[in-house]
Amino acid sequence: MSLLNKLPPIAQKMIKSAVLLSLFVIVGIVFLLITKLVTHSAIEKAKLEEMKEAFNQVISEKDYDNSPFEDKKIIVNPTAFKTHLPITIYRARKQNTPVALIIETIAPDGYSGNIKIMIAIKIDNRISGVRVLEHKETPGLGDKIEIRKDNWITRFNGINLRDDNLASWRVKKDGGQFDQFTGATITPRAVVGAIRNTLSYVNEQGMTLYD
Amino acid sequence: MINFKISTKISERLTDYKKIAEQGLWSNNQALVALLGLCPLLAVTNNTVNGLGLGLATMAVVIISNVLVSLIRDYVPDDIRIPVFVAIIASAVTIIDLLMNAYLHTLHGILGIFIPLIVTNCAILGRAEAYASKNPLDKSFLDAFFVGIGFALVLIVLGMAREIIGNGTLFDQMDLLFGELGTNMTLHLPSDYHPALLAILPPGAFIGLGLIVALKNAYDIRKQEKMRNKLGIKIATSNELNNAS
Repeated sequence: MSLLNKLPPIAQKMIKSAVLLSLFVIVGIVFLLITKLVTHSAIEKAKLEEMKEAFNQVISEKDYDNSPFEDKKIIVNPTAFKTHLPITIYRARKQNTPVALIIETIAPDGYSGNIKIMIAIKIDNRISGVRVLEHKETPGLGDKIEIRKDNWITRFNGINLRDDNLASWRVKKDGGQFDQFTGATITPRAVVGAIRNTLSYVNEQGMTLYD
Repeated sequence: MINFKISTKISERLTDYKKIAEQGLWSNNQALVALLGLCPLLAVTNNTVNGLGLGLATMAVVIISNVLVSLIRDYVPDDIRIPVFVAIIASAVTIIDLLMNAYLHTLHGILGIFIPLIVTNCAILGRAEAYASKNPLDKSFLDAFFVGIGFALVLIVLGMAREIIGNGTLFDQMDLLFGELGTNMTLHLPSDYHPALLAILPPGAFIGLGLIVALKNAYDIRKQEKMRNKLGIKIATSNELNNAS
């Protein structure tokens, strides 16, 4: 205390302010830490629930008995997926035999930015289901890719990609088999493209993706 | 005698409270009059549930911030008060963000960046600096409560209007906020209604808010005129003055 009194008044004031401000910040941090600890398990649980719900949309729960959420592989492959962002591959297995790949991929060429898509591809390289997880497409036009708005996305169920049907993996406007939407071609084109790229990657890599 | 003193004190207090409520909800509404916090307001109001969600989160933050600022107002030197307020608000927002992530996970995902961005809502720092740092706990709490409700109401009204016009529904996806209870709340306009897309696109937010502000001002002007007529005060226009001379 005596040392503090020897300092010029301005320095005394500065030190007092600094100490007081630090105290407030420390109290704030303590409260944050407590909240973080209290909510941590609930947040993890909510994330897991969300993931499980998304999985259930693309593949039947009965088809696998492992926890794909923990059995995953992250790859970065700009040539195959046309994006530098990481692509997550979850592996569904039943009694340790591979059943399906659940791939969280990205269509980088949507009308307004990235479209996050989840695709489940069974061991026979056929699609089990596709859902759009996240997008910023125009409401009322491009958002028909959402299952909530339209069943367009279910068009992909059960189909596959082969050398002889490669040309048909486009929207109708580009000479393919998939409908575009009135007033929105770019969005479905991006989604079809991303699914095509993913299928072609899976065809190419084969069983190595389950390792 | 003592009794009389207490009762005047209480009635004085009640008038103060009434004034706080009137200002927070109407005459100094942060969104309609002060025009603060417009960034999240315009961005998330494309439907009712988003508006309600962000409105409640903002209300919680402004209440926490006002209460804490009022409690510490005598112990914080003037020169560091703003950083202290910011630390309090940032902590409160982060706590709300974590809680929403844990217990309202899907809604948290939709509102996304706009929850952390409540920190930058000038209305909150504004109430801390302009009101809570100078007033006792009870008044600061009430001020925050009514300012919060006033702000949330604008978010809700704008969200409802944009959802009806732009999507043809009302109270869609309320289950994000109320769980099971909200699943059947969605009201649909007749299916031959063609939604006016503009309303849920960003321009719709600006137009909608502009119309709400205009309606409020028109109502206020009318009320003032009625009051003048009632009091017998007539304000002459320049034309009338010329005619009279």
